[in-house]
Amino acid sequence: MDMGVMFGRSMRHIFRSVDTIMTVTISPVAIMLLFVFVLGGAIQIATDNYVNYLLPGIMLMTIANGIGYVSYRLLLDKQRGIFERFHSMPIARSAALWGHVLVSLVSNAISVTVIILIAFLMGFRSPAGVLPWLAVVGILGLFTLALTWIAVIAGLSAKSADSAGAFAFVIHLLPFISSAFVPTNTMPKAVRVFAENQPVTSIVNAIRALLNDQPVGSDIWVALAWCVGIMLVAYVFAMRVYKKRV
Amino acid sequence: MLPNEIAISVQGLKKSYKNVTVLEGVGFEVKTGSIFALLGSNGTGKTTIVKILTTLLKHDSGTAVVNGFDVAAKPDSVRQSISLTGQFAAVDEILTGRENLIMIARLRHLDNPRQVADDLLKRFGLTDAADRRVSTYSGGMRRRLDIAMSLVGESQLIFLDEPTTGLDPEGRIEVWKMVKELAGSGTTVFLTTQYLDEAEQLADRIAILHKGRIIVNDTLAELKKLFPPAKVEYIEKQPTLEEIFLAIVGKKEEKDNGND
Ligand SMILES: Nc1ncnc2c1ncn2[C@@H]1O[C@H](COP(=O)(O)OP(=O)(O)O)[C@@H](O)[C@H]1O
Ligand SMILES: [Mg+2]
Repeated sequence: MDMGVMFGRSMRHIFRSVDTIMTVTISPVAIMLLFVFVLGGAIQIATDNYVNYLLPGIMLMTIANGIGYVSYRLLLDKQRGIFERFHSMPIARSAALWGHVLVSLVSNAISVTVIILIAFLMGFRSPAGVLPWLAVVGILGLFTLALTWIAVIAGLSAKSADSAGAFAFVIHLLPFISSAFVPTNTMPKAVRVFAENQPVTSIVNAIRALLNDQPVGSDIWVALAWCVGIMLVAYVFAMRVYKKRV
Repeated sequence: MLPNEIAISVQGLKKSYKNVTVLEGVGFEVKTGSIFALLGSNGTGKTTIVKILTTLLKHDSGTAVVNGFDVAAKPDSVRQSISLTGQFAAVDEILTGRENLIMIARLRHLDNPRQVADDLLKRFGLTDAADRRVSTYSGGMRRRLDIAMSLVGESQLIFLDEPTTGLDPEGRIEVWKMVKELAGSGTTVFLTTQYLDEAEQLADRIAILHKGRIIVNDTLAELKKLFPPAKVEYIEKQPTLEEIFLAIVGKKEEKDNGND
């Protein structure tokens, strides 16, 4: 019940700053437009629908964008003494933190939905049925949770708003060196080795196969292993930071 | 003194941050229903004491008992019976004043959060601003809301950490009035301050924290005896800026009230 109150509080934050959702979605949309309409002609990919090809990577970028705000909101609560107020009250210590985590899931879900709608307008079509879509939702949910716990560490350790969001920049770069925009076999050897072994590639490949209703092979297991692994490690560290700093 | 007449009892409290020792054996008692002022300059450890007593921070050694519960052994019971207004107004800027109060009332599991919020808004003169976002409030209004949030649920003991630092003279006087009302209704108030006059205005008992220890702990009357005896001197006294300001604002309010 206390968690419900915390969740309600942060959801108000989100709906009162609709511009946040705009800011989060605008750059992925711009990148999608740029790649599809400007560079798309030059990119040779064995697919007749480049929007379909791009969408998984764009989804991940959107989530990476939204995550920066999770850090920022945590930093504000810490700086303004809001955590202290809650912690001096007879409520579970973790309620304040879980409120933020839930909100991260919901707000990212909203942003990704917006992105899917825009992609649809640009020509995205998916033959996939309910089950593959549910699998996509599951992977994106795990990916969001993994990044959220990293965001918790960053937000609670940061001293200023700039440093709270800085880590998101690195996460933002990963899709560019992955299979998100072009197949990895077009890349130089060294870059290719990195691209093929970093989490974004397997996640993108798994989502892409699911949305196109194609066999996913081992990508989905590698993707899940990455998400769950990062999530668990980040969670342990985040809880440590939370106990220590808040 | 009967144990239940003592709201706070602290003995031999020690606390260091890494290599800085802040508290070197602090001890004092606060009587139930009184206003206790902890006076000390910036950085002496007032907030550290407040954090320990409100279960936000663990001490290294010594004992601290709040409302009969040891803060280290029974933090949950302590939290049930206290309320904290921290050094910086901990209000949610994006919510309205009313929503802030309702949120706290819900977290304290009160039966009628809306009613509680309405009553407090009225009592703190925030009814007109109730449905505005807190980001539009002045410093004084924020502080008032902050204190109002601490009164939700009517805890028997409230902690105010430098409640008037950073407020303009008017805001200060408003807060003083509220603290006096609170104590009048039987709530125990533990407040910290950097200003002697604030302690003088409000407190039944004043303790001075200096270099990690309580160097004085007495009633105002007794404290005054420690000061050098008053000398009678004739000097032309210029009004302070504060007095001028209050005089002007006071006149303006009289006029405004007269026009109603
Ligand atoms: N988390 C911390 N880590 C290290 N030093 C701290 C920390 N918090 C406070 N201090 C130091 O402890 C001393 C007392 O701080 P504080 O209790 O905030 O004083 P006050 O509230 O009286 O101004 C200060 O010198 C401050 O720099
Ligand atoms: Mg302080």
